[in-house]
Amino acid sequence: MEVSNEYAVQMHGITKTFGTFCALNQVDLDVKRGTIHSLLGENGAGKSTLMNVLYGLYQADEGEIYLNGEKVDITNPNVAIEHGIGMVHQHFMLVDNFTVTQNIILGNETTSHMGVLDMKKARENVKKLVEKYGLEVDPDAKIEDISVGMQQRVEILKALYRGADLLILDEPTAVLTPQEIEDLIGIMHNLIADGKTIIIITHKLKEIKESSDTCTIIRRGQYVDTVKVADVDEEELASKMVGRQVQLVVEKTPAKPGETIFEVDHLNVKDDRGLPAVNDLSLKVHAGEIVGIAGIDGNGQEELIEAITNLSKTESGTIKIRGTEIQNTSPRNVVNHKIATIHEDRQKRGLVLDFTVAENTVLEKYRTAPYSKGGMLNRAEIGKFANQLIKDYDVRPEDCANHPARGLSGGNQQKIIIGREVANEPDLLIAMQPTRGLDVGAIEYVHKTLIRERDQGCAILLISLELDEVMSVADTIDVIYKGQIVDSFKQGEVDEKTIGLLMAGGKQNGKDS
Amino acid sequence: MLNDISLLIGNTFMYSAPLIFGALGGVISERSGVVNLGIEGMMTVGAFVGAAVGFFSGNAWVGFLVAGLAGGLFALLHAVAAVTFKADQTISGIALNLIGPGLALFLCRLCFSGATMSQPVPHKLPKILGGAQSNIVAQNFNFDITVILAFLVMMAMWFILYRTKWGLRIRSVGEHPAAADTLGINVNRTRYTCVLVSGILAGFGGAAMTLAVIQQFTPTAISGQGFIALAAVIFGKWTPQGAYAACLLFGFAQALSVFPSLAHSAIPSEVLAMLPYILTIVVLILFVGRSVAPKEDGIPYEKGVR
Amino acid sequence: MEKTAKILKKPITSTIIAIVCGFAVAAIVLAVAGYNPGSAFGALFSGIFSRPKYISNVIIKATPITLTALSVAFAYKVGLFNIGAEGQYIVGAVAANIVGYLCNFPPVIEIPLVILAGMVAGALWGGIVGLLKAKFGIHEVLTSIMLNWIAFYFSNLVVNSAAFHQPNSTAAYPVNASSYTMLLPNWKTSDAGMAAMSGTKWLREVMLKTDVNFGFLIAIAAAVFIWMLLYRSRKGYELRAVGLNHDAAEFAGIPVNKNIVITMLIAGALAGLAAALAITGTNPHRISTLSAFENNGFNGLSVAFIAGSSPIGCIFAGLLFGGLLYGGQSIQANIGAPSEIINIMIGTIVFFVALTAVVPKLAVRLEKRGMRNAK
Repeated sequence: MEVSNEYAVQMHGITKTFGTFCALNQVDLDVKRGTIHSLLGENGAGKSTLMNVLYGLYQADEGEIYLNGEKVDITNPNVAIEHGIGMVHQHFMLVDNFTVTQNIILGNETTSHMGVLDMKKARENVKKLVEKYGLEVDPDAKIEDISVGMQQRVEILKALYRGADLLILDEPTAVLTPQEIEDLIGIMHNLIADGKTIIIITHKLKEIKESSDTCTIIRRGQYVDTVKVADVDEEELASKMVGRQVQLVVEKTPAKPGETIFEVDHLNVKDDRGLPAVNDLSLKVHAGEIVGIAGIDGNGQEELIEAITNLSKTESGTIKIRGTEIQNTSPRNVVNHKIATIHEDRQKRGLVLDFTVAENTVLEKYRTAPYSKGGMLNRAEIGKFANQLIKDYDVRPEDCANHPARGLSGGNQQKIIIGREVANEPDLLIAMQPTRGLDVGAIEYVHKTLIRERDQGCAILLISLELDEVMSVADTIDVIYKGQIVDSFKQGEVDEKTIGLLMAGGKQNGKDS
Repeated sequence: MLNDISLLIGNTFMYSAPLIFGALGGVISERSGVVNLGIEGMMTVGAFVGAAVGFFSGNAWVGFLVAGLAGGLFALLHAVAAVTFKADQTISGIALNLIGPGLALFLCRLCFSGATMSQPVPHKLPKILGGAQSNIVAQNFNFDITVILAFLVMMAMWFILYRTKWGLRIRSVGEHPAAADTLGINVNRTRYTCVLVSGILAGFGGAAMTLAVIQQFTPTAISGQGFIALAAVIFGKWTPQGAYAACLLFGFAQALSVFPSLAHSAIPSEVLAMLPYILTIVVLILFVGRSVAPKEDGIPYEKGVR
Repeated sequence: MEKTAKILKKPITSTIIAIVCGFAVAAIVLAVAGYNPGSAFGALFSGIFSRPKYISNVIIKATPITLTALSVAFAYKVGLFNIGAEGQYIVGAVAANIVGYLCNFPPVIEIPLVILAGMVAGALWGGIVGLLKAKFGIHEVLTSIMLNWIAFYFSNLVVNSAAFHQPNSTAAYPVNASSYTMLLPNWKTSDAGMAAMSGTKWLREVMLKTDVNFGFLIAIAAAVFIWMLLYRSRKGYELRAVGLNHDAAEFAGIPVNKNIVITMLIAGALAGLAAALAITGTNPHRISTLSAFENNGFNGLSVAFIAGSSPIGCIFAGLLFGGLLYGGQSIQANIGAPSEIINIMIGTIVFFVALTAVVPKLAVRLEKRGMRNAK
């Protein structure tokens, strides 16, 4: 494509290798000024790497970058910022114990003299920006005290504060509710109207359709295509992204719920700051049923799980598995009562990354025969079990049993965890965000496994921030808001809009919760 | 009575001054995300260089300044390991604690014909009221100049950390280096600078011992002060003012153990010497509890790795 | 290429590189100071190997630091930094001294009793650290440093107390001879012993001129025990899980706090064992007034790091450290260079141990390159 000043950004022939791994191979990207341009690809396709090159965090090995028709050499983020490029990273780059204002001015501080901070002036500047773009946020709040949606606004403000004309948003909707996403798209259109250009990195097809003008697809570091969004449908985008036909709908038969396996009754839990987080919450899960909890991050999901798994204490109420109360005992007691949990944070809670894969497969049952005997481990049995699991769950590479789990890809790590938890033959399987950070193929696999376990009579509690996932996988959908189940639906009974409204604190349906 | 109290106060400040320099060095390094277990070694280097340069130049101030320089140079080793090589900072710090005293004694023997003690410096660093005072209380309050310097450094560090852009940047590098990096703040350079300053301050701390408290370098001039300073950093929750207060407590402890009217009492001096450490633990249990280090303290920063 | 990568990946390779660097730096320092590094190292080696009694003394010197290193390494595997080994050693020595002095049973009871006393005292000292961390979340480094000083003054308190102070000395009364752990302490000075050994010169030298004792054998046994505990037992699995990722361990039902306390109890017991063996096995069989820390615990830190926190590695690193410390004295005696060159050398080795941790990472990269080229 010709270089022209109609384009805010043109990246031509970008190649980037890490050691011997080729992350980007001759990738092109042309973004017209004043448009919203999507960059689509699976996890690890090289989207973020390409944007990090544009932002100066990485240097390309080959290729040229043009901004508004002029060739530039972006050697570090400072140069990018000078050229009016702003980036909102997927994992927010915010200092938790700093205030909103401190985070916004960091690196470009308002000073009175001799480097002394002028916080009063800084606050005023931030307020002005907040008003101009309608990005409501309290300048004096600490980051650790505000919601994820708010934090994202702070990130956008950070870029605007630096005078960004081109905004790069990395997976901006991953943690937002449908309403928040709508707001964000509104904000994005405000920005376009103001003459800005936006690139969004995403693997969510629906949002591309809703927000963008143009879409560039890359796959495994290779440029695939650039299309006008209006001309293509979601299936087409998906197959370009994955490189084969994909099933976007989860296939399953209707659930045949059995007896009540798991019951939470009038549960109250406080968060670590002592504020009520779970509020008189009740729910039931039956055998052979997937109950999905839909809700915005920070509405008590985490505290609910921590209470169920006994990582934290409850204030009042009961948690019962097959009629036995388990609240305020110990994590081990939970495991012993055949509750298995796939934690959302697999690297923190799910795996001991520096243990071998084999050691990780027995994290709960290392104490039982045949895996240990007389206080000593039986390494042969552990190895045998691990290899079976690796085979059953198609973990790659297949000879990984004696290698550290750290070396596996996210999808394979997740397979180890799921395999391990399912092998515990649980009565209740709790899955928190089980597909977070996985690519399309792995997501399909996880969903199939959950449904298979359901069909074998397991009770499953699915907690996800991705409304799509809850809607398509769960048989019963409970909506959580401010620590309470505000409503409950059978699958197919309800549309996304209604649930989105309830998640955001909208009116209840008149039903009892 | 007044004499006793003033003596106690005077000694408290005297003993705490070297600790304060060391602890402030620890604070600045750890706030930028580099754990510094090597304060002891850096202080020993400063203690020797201060005394030796003070002796040969005949000027304690020259000794003091060169001691800071030497501490800083020595700290560069830690910076190279911790920042450039992304090495285990605990190990590298411990290594400095071995090399520092080894080097100090090695050089001492070379410079002072085989002795492990330096010759006394002709004049110590000055006292705030000048020479000896006739009034005992005034004499007790006739602090070493290092006591005042230590206080000023603490104030300056507090101001820099919390009121200037550099402080904001240093703290961001210790808490979330990736965020700082994306905003164009040079993480490695910030950490290098902070470790360097840490060494300079620790060097001053050592020299404050051998140029103000005592008058020469001895093998035990610095024996454990660096670790006490480290404890003060944690006790003071990684803030300059907190570390300063903690150092005063430890200084008070030392002052108490040489306090005449207690030394002649029935309480064994060892028990007196022990008390402050026991007290520290009690205070920790009752009031302080979990102290939270800067989030990325001790973790090397690698681009693109979270 | 693959072969090189494989060699580089072995932890021992990094250690050897670090040791070589330590010698190189020491050589440079010596040369700059005007000494001949060759003759200095010659003196060092002959100070270690040239006579049987030197070798024996190196082993004796290595015994306590091997055990304190084991204490540090073990705690490190569970994610705890046991800078308190120094204090645990001191209280261990005090307890062993007191019990060995007050009790006088036949050796078969006395020796285990004295050693147990040292271990229990050390365990108690370490246990406090573990308990405070588990219960109140207090940083173990902070409590350890405090407890080191408390132990220091406590030891002096005991030495100077009326009940234990030996008049006209700076030390406590020694332990009773029934607690000695030297090899055949009575027999070797008896006529029969002298006669039996008269034919073997080296044996006589080692037996009579050094405090050759059982300590190092116990240290080896302890290292093997700790290795088995960590890598072959169920408890060790728990401990390592806690050390590598306590969040995951907790989530899987492993009691984290309990294991922290257990770890510090064991680590403390190892440091106490080191002290008890030093009291029972070597002259003067008693504690003296401390004017500064004797570094038995702090040296353990260095040894543990040189060993890469491997329990078995601690044995070899301990011997290396003991050899350098003991042989280093000959450098000063023979060529006049300050013996502190040894501290510089050891420090440099530890420093390079930290730096060369990148070597295996480089190897992985090298290996990948090899694989790609092969395709």
